[in-house]
Amino acid sequence: MATTTEYTPKTKTGKIANFVDERTGGSAMVKEFGRKIFPDHWSFMFGEVALYTFVLLLISGTFLTFFFDPSMAHVIYNGSYNPLKGIGMSTAYASTLDISFDVRGGLFMRQVHHWSAILFVAAVSVHMLRVFFTGAFRKPRELNWVVGGVLLILAMAAGFTGYSLPDDLLSGNGLRIIDGVVKSIPVIGSYISFFLFGGEFPGTVVIPRLYSLHIMIVPAIMLLMIALHLFMVVVHKHTQYPGPGRTNDNVVGFPVGPVYAAKAGGFFFIVFGIVAFISGLFTINAVWNYGPYDPSPVSAGTQPDWYIGFVDGALRLMPGMLGNFSFEWLIPLPWGWNTLSLNVLLPALVPAGIIFTLMFVWPWIERWVTKDSREHHLLDRPRNAPFRTAVGVAGVISYSVMWAAASSDLIATHFLVSLNDVTYWLRVLFVIGPILGFIVTRRLALSLQRKDREIVLHGREAGIIEMSPEGGFSEKHEDLDVYKRYNLAVFEDRKVIPAQPDAAGHISAKEKRRGALSKFFFEDRVAPVTPSELAAAKAAHGHAEVEGSEQDSIGH
Amino acid sequence: MGDHSHGSPDDSGTVAKAGAGDLDKFQDPGLPPHRKRLADTDPRAEKRAERQVALLFIISIIGTLSFFIAYFVLGRPDNITEIRIQNSMLGLGTTFAMLGIGVGIVHWAKTLMPDHEISEMRHPIRPEADRVDAENIINQVIEETGIKRRPLIRNTLIGAIALAPIPAVFMFRDLDRSGKNANEMIEQLRHTMWDTNVRLTRDPSGTPIKAADVQIGSAFHVIPEGLDEAENMLNEKAKAVVLLMRLDPQKMKISEGRENWHVDGIVAYSKICTHVGCPVALYEQQTHHLLCPCHQSTFDLTEECKVIFGPAGRALPQLPIMVDANGFLVARSDFQEPVGPSYWERGKN
Repeated sequence: MATTTEYTPKTKTGKIANFVDERTGGSAMVKEFGRKIFPDHWSFMFGEVALYTFVLLLISGTFLTFFFDPSMAHVIYNGSYNPLKGIGMSTAYASTLDISFDVRGGLFMRQVHHWSAILFVAAVSVHMLRVFFTGAFRKPRELNWVVGGVLLILAMAAGFTGYSLPDDLLSGNGLRIIDGVVKSIPVIGSYISFFLFGGEFPGTVVIPRLYSLHIMIVPAIMLLMIALHLFMVVVHKHTQYPGPGRTNDNVVGFPVGPVYAAKAGGFFFIVFGIVAFISGLFTINAVWNYGPYDPSPVSAGTQPDWYIGFVDGALRLMPGMLGNFSFEWLIPLPWGWNTLSLNVLLPALVPAGIIFTLMFVWPWIERWVTKDSREHHLLDRPRNAPFRTAVGVAGVISYSVMWAAASSDLIATHFLVSLNDVTYWLRVLFVIGPILGFIVTRRLALSLQRKDREIVLHGREAGIIEMSPEGGFSEKHEDLDVYKRYNLAVFEDRKVIPAQPDAAGHISAKEKRRGALSKFFFEDRVAPVTPSELAAAKAAHGHAEVEGSEQDSIGH
Repeated sequence: MGDHSHGSPDDSGTVAKAGAGDLDKFQDPGLPPHRKRLADTDPRAEKRAERQVALLFIISIIGTLSFFIAYFVLGRPDNITEIRIQNSMLGLGTTFAMLGIGVGIVHWAKTLMPDHEISEMRHPIRPEADRVDAENIINQVIEETGIKRRPLIRNTLIGAIALAPIPAVFMFRDLDRSGKNANEMIEQLRHTMWDTNVRLTRDPSGTPIKAADVQIGSAFHVIPEGLDEAENMLNEKAKAVVLLMRLDPQKMKISEGRENWHVDGIVAYSKICTHVGCPVALYEQQTHHLLCPCHQSTFDLTEECKVIFGPAGRALPQLPIMVDANGFLVARSDFQEPVGPSYWERGKN
């Protein structure tokens, strides 16, 4: 108490600060965050895009709730969209039409909401790819990686529950597919379907239920997760790319106030502006064209929103019958026969299950294989972690093949090829694509690392051609400056760690597996250039083999 | 370039030998020297940047104003073209309003605010002393409750806590609003509105169909008569929709027991895909294939709609039909198996 009264503020800012501080202790916050350093890199903006599109979703979504009525009660449409006048539909669909046509700016808000949702999931995904490929998930950030993965799942859940709300023909068919997938779950599937729809599909309660999930439960959990996510970012401080002056123990960048706050704050308006531009000029989900939900019609060439595509694509890729063998199995049980619909269950659960499980546990897999429990605040350039980059690309390819399969019919009609052939090829790609992708990516990453070595050892091509007295031509090479050289020559060098015996001299089976994985990951590697190698290369006029054997003898 | 994959990693030329790696490493030269921007050295450039930022903010103001122009001048448009125009103008107004602010602020930050990168040390996340304190506190808390010494309290508490949430889960039983018991719930999946002598009518008009109206090559989307009056119209429709087509009876494969399910080559099949329930809405007359537009399951009409491509695992159920005294097509009975996607209790028919 005594200390606060002793302080007499002189400036206007000081007076306000004093008022707030005496009641909240807010100065400590300002001290902590006011000049906190954030590193700057374009790839760090994806997370910001995710956050900002989420804010846009909250703003536009709140507006929409004032006009949207999620009831499934039957009404006859009498709004201003003539083609649907006099047609029976659910109140939810009618109020969506009203938002689009009878609330000024309502259509724009719907567009902003839908486009933001699409961008939000995209930004979350790309942000996670950035985190994965740069190794930002390593200790101490493993838990934040998991929180991010949960956010991705929640984002998809929020997207899907929202997609279904207008109760139009397209989203109704989407729900019907969900119903079919849910029913394929053994033992409890039929009941889950009944509980979800309040009885048989489609019933009259599913839209209000999805609504309460969509506007309350899912966003509330998301807000909680985002708060947790950002809190951990503050605790850990941001990672940074390696480079001269950037170490594992410091953070180099701009202070929050004013530069980082201005850039990040300004970026919110840029994201908003871009979303507004897209929303103004490109109509998405023109529900008035689809008509109200009716279980009988369906339009050809329909697509789910992009982030659900990979599950839909997996459903399409799975063959239901192979010759006369059906993947719908009848299971003999003491009380009779039960049905196991593997043609639905496998593609709906297994690929997504594998991808998400691997994603969640990857930080621990890598930690286990590399026996590395240090803290990492410096990122890897993707090429400097060829094994991880290759695994990531394999995952991206298997996701992308499923995703492409969700458009198999459009691929067939646009490129005038047989639909069946598209499916067959995608099935083949689904199996071999990730493997090829892994191999090619690893080779590419290793080649890029060797290119870096060559640049460090030979220097930069100066563009000056010299002619020797004998008439031979050669190009001069200039030394790299120390900063560029440091960038290329210093990175985390991971080596094979063979299986280690424990205290009793025994090598456990688990340790053998770890050793084998370590060998698989790190057998092929390109080591960073050392100063002595550089000296040797220079002694040999800078024309020595980049990875020639003579450096081996000089290396130590 | 050498081939790094020759030999083991330990004797390849690319490898720093154990122990040498850390010593023989390039030293960190520190942050590169700061390069001044034009606006830092040239007052004219500084002034220019200032004007650019202000201009961007003015663009934003104009954008906001143009939003209002679109909102009021276009008033309440009542046709789709005008609504689209209004939407585009509202969008563009907002675009300029937002981009003006955003680009302006970022430009301000990049040209006029200090661009010196600052280095700050990281603090350890967990000071060692804190961790010891935390451990001690937790141990003390546990000790003071005495939970370890009093297993009776502990075990009854675990029991109570384990049981208490179960009612909350059970309350969700009535998420199913039909009031049916478990068996009745499952049983309703086996039945549709179709029954003996229920007329086949056109979807959505509800007019009955004469056998003579159904030509070879034509296809009808069919609903049962009286669907409009059904209590849960959409629920019934979701199960009862049927496709009606006529084939040359010579081309049809007819299995035992289904001989009288068609009327001179007129056949009726469930329109609900056996995969995940989309309407199988596409009929290819030439090949007699039915195609589901959702996941491309393809069914061969000449072979009792067996699956010839795609993810469906089972043929479409056939609706047995006949002709009534007035020449109208009617159902002979309900479907002989559940329609739509498979479910655990479906079992054998």
